[in-house]
Amino acid sequence: MALPVSPTQGSVSPVLEVSDLRTYLYTRWGTTKAVDGVSFSLDPGETLGIVGESGSGKSMLALSLVRLTPEPAGRIEGGQVILNGRDLLSLPEKQMRAVRGTEISMVLQDPQQSLNPVFSIGNQLGEAIRVHDSDAGKDEVYARSVAALKSVQVPAPERRLRNFPHHMSGGMKQRIVGAMAMAYQPQVLIADEPTTALDVTIQAQYLRLLKDLQQRTGVGIIIITHDFGVIAETCDRVAVMYAGRFVEQASVSDIFDHPKHPYTKALLDSRPKTGAKGERLSSIEGQPPSLADLPDGCRFATRCEYAMDRCSLEYPDLVAIGGHSVACWRSEEVLWETS
Amino acid sequence: MSVGNQPTRGSDDVTRSIEVGHDREGRPVKKRRRFRRRVGHIPWISIGIVLVVLILPALLADLITVHDPLRGTLGDRLAPPFWMEDGSWTYPLGTDKQGRDILTRIIYGARISLTVSGLTILIGAVIGTSLGLLAGYFGGWIDRIVSWLIDTFLSLPHVLLALVIVAAIGPSFVTIVAIIAVTIWASFARQVRGETLSVRESEYVARARVAGAPSARILLRHVLPNIANTLIVLATLQVGVVILEESSLSFIGAGIPRPNPSWGVMVADGRDQILISWWISFFPGLAILLVVLSLNLVGDWLRDFLDPKLRQRGRD
Amino acid sequence: MARYILINSIRGLLTLLAVSIIVFSLARLTGDPLDVLAPVDISREDEQAIREKWGLDKPVSTQYVAFVGNAFQGDFGGSFKYPTETAASVIVDRLPASVKLGAVATVLTLLIGVPLGILSAVKRGSLADSIAKGLALFGQSVPEFWLAIVLIWVVAVRWDFVPTSGITGWQSYILPSIVISIFGIAALLRLFRSAMLETLGTEYVKLARLKGVSEFKVVWKHALKPASIAPLTFFGGIAVRMLTGATVVEIVFAWPGVGLLAFEAANARDFPVVQALALFTATAIVVMNLLIDVTYAYLDPRVRLGAKAVA
Repeated sequence: MALPVSPTQGSVSPVLEVSDLRTYLYTRWGTTKAVDGVSFSLDPGETLGIVGESGSGKSMLALSLVRLTPEPAGRIEGGQVILNGRDLLSLPEKQMRAVRGTEISMVLQDPQQSLNPVFSIGNQLGEAIRVHDSDAGKDEVYARSVAALKSVQVPAPERRLRNFPHHMSGGMKQRIVGAMAMAYQPQVLIADEPTTALDVTIQAQYLRLLKDLQQRTGVGIIIITHDFGVIAETCDRVAVMYAGRFVEQASVSDIFDHPKHPYTKALLDSRPKTGAKGERLSSIEGQPPSLADLPDGCRFATRCEYAMDRCSLEYPDLVAIGGHSVACWRSEEVLWETS
Repeated sequence: MSVGNQPTRGSDDVTRSIEVGHDREGRPVKKRRRFRRRVGHIPWISIGIVLVVLILPALLADLITVHDPLRGTLGDRLAPPFWMEDGSWTYPLGTDKQGRDILTRIIYGARISLTVSGLTILIGAVIGTSLGLLAGYFGGWIDRIVSWLIDTFLSLPHVLLALVIVAAIGPSFVTIVAIIAVTIWASFARQVRGETLSVRESEYVARARVAGAPSARILLRHVLPNIANTLIVLATLQVGVVILEESSLSFIGAGIPRPNPSWGVMVADGRDQILISWWISFFPGLAILLVVLSLNLVGDWLRDFLDPKLRQRGRD
Repeated sequence: MARYILINSIRGLLTLLAVSIIVFSLARLTGDPLDVLAPVDISREDEQAIREKWGLDKPVSTQYVAFVGNAFQGDFGGSFKYPTETAASVIVDRLPASVKLGAVATVLTLLIGVPLGILSAVKRGSLADSIAKGLALFGQSVPEFWLAIVLIWVVAVRWDFVPTSGITGWQSYILPSIVISIFGIAALLRLFRSAMLETLGTEYVKLARLKGVSEFKVVWKHALKPASIAPLTFFGGIAVRMLTGATVVEIVFAWPGVGLLAFEAANARDFPVVQALALFTATAIVVMNLLIDVTYAYLDPRVRLGAKAVA
C-alpha cells in the first residue's frame, strides 16, 4: 500500500533530474548497454521505486548516479544527472567525492558485506564524517557518530562504536550503513535492493526506518528492487526498467491497478499471490535479451503476448497516457484489457 | 557471541550455480558457449614448450640423439655453440670440459627431471591426499595428529636434511626421490585437508551420511571426485616446484650423482667456466627456466579452467 | 588473546619436539659418528674412551634425552670439524653474515613485492600490470643457482662493479640479495595482486567510495588491510628462510653464513653442528609462525576474539 506521504506535486522543483543517461559496459565479449537512455526526476521527500528483473540494468543505473560504475569496463556515455543545479556527470572527480555522502548517498544491498571486517564501526562511521569535515576534532566526530547511530535507533551506540562488524546481526549492520549514508542529511538517498539480504521481520523494520528518516529530513529516496511488495510499502512512484530502459513510469496505485505496459503487467501477474515477499520474478516466459546484442525494436517483443510486427521493427517512445509514461505501441489496448 | 549468523540465502546459491554454469543435477542451457568462455585462452605456447623441452625429449632421448650423454670426445672439449666462431652443427649448443654434447645431455636431463618429478609427485600425492582426506573428514584426534605432522614437515629445513642424508649414505636417484617426496606430501595434505573440510559440510555428503553410507564409500565416491580438480592443478604446479628443487639439490651435490646429466648438475659443472665457456651452465639453466615457467602458466590456466571458485576472484 | 598465544606456543613446542626426534634419528641412523671422530687404526681402548666422551656408549633413547636436555641449555656439544669450538659457537660466528643478507633480501621483498602487487591490481590490464605479472612469473620459475651464476657472469664480471663472491663491502650484498629475494618478490606480488583484486571488488570498498573517501585511502586503507591477511603466512615463511641462511645462494657467492656452514658441516659429517643448525632453523620457523599468528590477531579482529567467534 502506498503511504500517505504526498509530495506536493508541481509546486516544488525536483531535487534530482536525470535525463537521457547512458552507461555502457565494455567487456571482452562486446559492449553492453546496461543503461540506455533513462530519464526521470525526483522531488524532495518523494520515494521513487525502480523495479526490474536482475540484469535489467537497474543496479548499474544506481551506480551511474553516483559515478561509481565498475572500472574500467563501465563508462557513462552521456546524459545529465542534475543535483542541486549542478550536473554531477561533468564535475571533476574531486568535487564529485565531496558530493558523495553529503548530498547524495547510497546504501548497498548486502549489509553483511558492506562493512569492512577489519575496522571498528567507530572507525568506519567516523570516517564518513571526517572525510567531509577535516576540521572536526575527535570529540566532535565521536558525538556526531553517536548521534548518527541514535538517529537510526541503534541501542547502546557508545558500545557499538567499539564493536566490529562480525559482532552484529544483519539488521544492525544495515542500520549502521544507513547511519553512514545519512550522516550529512543528503537530499537524495539511493537504496539498492535494501531488503533482499534481510529476513522478513527485519525487512519491515528497515523500511519503516527509511520512511521515518524521510519524514524527518525530507530526503528523496530511490529504491532499486525486484520486489513489488517493497514498492507497495514504501514508494510514491514506480519506474519499470527492462533491458536498460524505462518502459513505464506512474504512481504506485496506477501501476498496481492499471499497468499499461505488457511487461509491467506480466511482472505483476508473476508475483506470488499468497503475499510471500522476496520471491524472484521468474515466471515470465523466455529470458531478457542480452544487453550486448539488442534488437532494433521493442526489447520485450520476443516475450510479449501482445507483440505485433511493428514491435520488433521500431522502438516505441515513451508517451504520456493518463498519468503514465509508457513505451508500448499497444498500451491503449493493454490498459483496456486490464481495467 | 552475538547473532552473527544470518540464515543462508538459498535463492542466492541457486542463481549463482546457474550463472557459473555447472548445476549438479541438470546441465545448463547454452553449454557450449559457456564452456568456451570457461576454457579461456588455452596456453598453446606453454604446452608446446613443456612438450618440446620436457616430455618428448624424456620419452625419445635415445632416438633423437647421436652423441653419448655420459662419454665425450676429449678432442672436442669446450666447443662453442654453432653460431659462434669455431662452433659447428655437430654440437649445436657446444660441449663441456669432457667434450660431451650439451644438447644431448639436456635431452637426457629431461628424462631425469620428468622421472623424478613424476615419482615424487605420485608418492607425495598419494600420502598427502590420504592423510588430508582422513584428517579433514574425521576431524578430532586424527586431524590433530595429521596437522601436527604437516606443521612439522613444513618446519624442517629441507636442504639441510638432504645434505645430511646424502652425506651419510651418498647421493642416488632413490635418495633424491625420497627426500623430495617427504617435503611435498605436506603441501598436498594441507590442501586436501582444507578442501575436504568444506566438501564435508556440503549437502550431498550430508545426504550420503544420513543415508548411512559407510565412510570409506563417501570418501571415495563423493569427497575424492570433488577435490580431483584441485589435485590436478596442485600436481601440475608441483611439477615445476620439484624440478626446481631437484636441480637445486643436484647443483649442490645432494641430488642426482655425477656423471648423470641432471640439469642442476650440468649448471654446476660449468660454473667455474662461466666466463669463457658460458654455454655449459647457461643452456641447462635456460631449459629449467623455460619448462618451469611454462608449467606455471599451464597450471594457472588449469586452475582458472577447473576451479571456478578461484576464477571468480577475478584473475585474468 | 593470552589463551590464543598459549595454544599456539604449545603447538610450536610439539612441532619442535617432532623436529628434534627426526633430526636426532637421522643423524644417528645414517652412520656411526665414530667413523668421523676416530682415525681408522684406532685402538679398542681409545675407541671406548671416545665413545664415553661423546656419550655414544649409552642407549639411543638416553642419548636423545641428553641431547634435548642439553639443547635446551644451548649446548649442542663440540664441533667435530672444529675441535676447539662448540657447535653453538660455530653457528653464532656465522649467523650475522646470513642475517644481514637475509634482512636486506627481506626488505627488498617487501619494498618491491607489495607495492607492485598493489599497483598491478589497481591498474589491472595496464602495461604496468603486464610487466608485474611477467616479473612474478619469472621469479617463480627461475632456478636461483642459475640466476646467481648468470648475474655473476653478466654483472660482476662484465661490468666489474660488484664483487663476484665473499663480503668486501656494501656492493657485495647487491647480487645475492637480488637472487634470494626474487622468489619472494614474485610470490608476494602474486598474492597481493589477487588479494587486492578481491578486496577492491567488495561491497565495503564500494561503500568507502560512496562515503566520498579518496581513491588513495580506498586502496591503501580499505582494500589493503583486509588484503594483507592472506599473504602474511607466506611472507613469514619466506622471511624466516631468507634470514636463516639460503644455502644454495651462499654456496654460489661463497657467502660465509650459516647456509654455507650447513653445506660444509654436512659434507664433513659434523653432526653436532648439523643438529644444532636444524633445530635452530626449525625454532626460527616456529617462532615466526607464532609471530604471524599474533599479527593475524592484530590485523583481523575476528581472530583476536578467539577463532571460535568467527561467524
